[in-house]
Amino acid sequence: MRMRSDWWALACGTVTLLLAVACRPVEEKHPRFGSVMPSTATQDTAEAATRAAAKPVSAPAKSPRKTGAQLYPVAPPPFSDGVFPCSDCHGKTDVVNRTPHKVEFHEDIVLHHDEQNRWCLDCHDAQNRDKLHLADGRLIDFTESYRLCGQCHGPTLRNWKAGEHGKRTGSWSGDKQYLLCASCHSPHSPHFKPIKPKPAPRRQEAIR
Amino acid sequence: MRQLPTLPLPAPAPPAEGYSRREALVMGLFALAAAATATGCSAADKLAYEEFVQKHFKDLSPEELKDRLASMEKRYTEQYGKDVHVSATPPQAGVLFGYALDLSRCIGCRRCVYGCVEENNQSRDPQTHWITVLEMDKEEGVNLQNANAFYDHETVPAPGKFYMPVACQHCENPPCVKVCPVQATWKEPDGIVVIDYDWCIGCRNCIAACPYGARRFNWGTPSIPKDELNPNTEYLGNRPRQRGVVEKCSFCLQRVRKGLYPKCVEVCPVGARKFGNLLDPDSEIRYIIENKRVFILKEELNTQPKFFYYYGL
Ligand code: HEC
Ligand code: HEC
Ligand code: HEC
Ligand code: HEC
Repeated sequence: MRMRSDWWALACGTVTLLLAVACRPVEEKHPRFGSVMPSTATQDTAEAATRAAAKPVSAPAKSPRKTGAQLYPVAPPPFSDGVFPCSDCHGKTDVVNRTPHKVEFHEDIVLHHDEQNRWCLDCHDAQNRDKLHLADGRLIDFTESYRLCGQCHGPTLRNWKAGEHGKRTGSWSGDKQYLLCASCHSPHSPHFKPIKPKPAPRRQEAIR
Repeated sequence: MRQLPTLPLPAPAPPAEGYSRREALVMGLFALAAAATATGCSAADKLAYEEFVQKHFKDLSPEELKDRLASMEKRYTEQYGKDVHVSATPPQAGVLFGYALDLSRCIGCRRCVYGCVEENNQSRDPQTHWITVLEMDKEEGVNLQNANAFYDHETVPAPGKFYMPVACQHCENPPCVKVCPVQATWKEPDGIVVIDYDWCIGCRNCIAACPYGARRFNWGTPSIPKDELNPNTEYLGNRPRQRGVVEKCSFCLQRVRKGLYPKCVEVCPVGARKFGNLLDPDSEIRYIIENKRVFILKEELNTQPKFFYYYGL
């Protein structure tokens, strides 16, 4: 999309002004507010936002350090009915074939995601189908699949953690739930599919 | 019996006889009501009377406010045949609400429009929508003159189009508030521009003054099916409205003052809608303002919206 560059300058200035004006009456409570301005974005602020993402803004007491799933509580993985646990059908004795081939099952799965360079077992663990595996071989649960995606989509993952990419529900000031990447993008064919819109509003003439 | 309250209206030029029409009416009604109270009137009569001689919302004592909310709950509960709650949750200190919308993500599906209708008890017939989703050409960029709100495609996004949902921009410097002759609309300390539907006289000056076309007038009597009414309401937010008053987006006051995200944020399937506290450096809204290219609508008017548009890509 075309973006006029002077707009950005103008918008940036206005936002600065607005924030400066808006924060005046509460300056005492927010001594840092006036000093952090648009376009002075640093890694630090991004990181801080990320770290704080899951902690309530107004939590009075410091809670113990949170990790992994605690830091990013997610909505359940969107499995289709009956497919999980995968170990119902898959086991350690599965024949492992890492060259792309026609899979005689899961016919609804079409790999359309950098498919020239990818095969199922780059993401799914050959020995333990109930887990995903990262490039370094570590196994992770499906509730942490964002870590898998983040290996190749680093900036998106960072924005996701900060609540910018994707969606968080719950409380803006407290506990939030993240939607997994897989809830919006099929990992196998991740392009967001067009959907049917809700009805157009009635025209004014029709209302009266 | 309560004392006749003085009306906090800006005094209009008194007519020749020395009494304004409203004063005369009030006195007459007061006499009637006094008589009615003496003989024991119904709760509905009492509420009607109180609404007529009411004080401004901001001048109500905690006791008076409690009374008003209680009689209002009673009326709505009778009207809709289910328990309706009306609260007046105060703003939180240290909070200034801000909103951001990612134009590169929005696909124009209108889930937000209808989520808002249900959450905020907008009239189904006649139809009231607080959110308007505008379709525009990617090639042309943001041009409100050539925007189409009535697009009707099989699927969205349509090729070559992008979408811009517009609702109340919750200006820091709101023109609508300035032109209201009776102070029925004002900006709260947490930045939400609110309307007291019982104080609104329906003059529609605010509608003319809003540069964003965000305010709606109830030309007809609003109707909401009983089973669809959201019973968790706020006085300055989503309680049922009457004919002849103005309404608009309140950032889901009934949700956000309790810490929840607005409904439109929660129902957006693409995650294009972002909300939070502008005064909290760790909020997603601050992350966006600091890391993305944000802009506001018609910024040359110096309305200073707290609704930011941006491109996430
Ligand atoms: C880019 C990594 C990746 C690749 C490549 C991949 N998958 Fe997946 N797959 C996932 C993730 C992540 C999920 C979890 C989705 C969820 O949370 O519901 C998943 C889910 C599944 C499921 C469960 C789907 C359902 O209906 O719930 C099956 C079956 C599956 N994959 C099979 C395959 C097969 C077969 C291939 C190869 C043709 C493959 N996957 C390739 C990441 C991948
Ligand atoms: C109902 C039984 C069943 C379930 C449940 C099931 N699979 Fe399969 N899966 C199969 C069969 C049968 C094949 C075909 C084997 C072949 O073609 O080599 C297969 C093939 C695959 C393949 C590709 C072939 C390979 O082994 O390299 C992957 C990857 C896979 N499954 C992943 C999963 C994952 C992940 C889950 C859980 C989310 C899952 N499956 C659940 C039956 C199942
Ligand atoms: C091994 C690297 C790798 C991993 C892991 C990976 N991706 Fe991708 N992804 C790519 C590449 C390369 C492309 C661009 C090529 C393409 O679109 O096929 C891409 C494209 C995409 C796109 C854009 C598709 C479009 O056409 O708009 C999305 C969305 C996406 N990935 C989501 C995911 C999600 C969700 C996961 C985790 C389940 C994931 N990716 C895991 C490499 C990866
Ligand atoms: C709330 C739904 C949602 C969630 C959750 C989500 N995305 Fe997206 N994502 C979108 C939409 C909508 C687009 C833009 C439409 C498109 O081009 O596919 C997008 C686009 C992308 C793209 C294409 C490049 C871009 O930025 O437009 C990548 C890559 C991507 N997402 C990766 C991820 C990863 C990785 C995660 C998890 C860390 C994730 N997404 C979580 C909705 C989501």
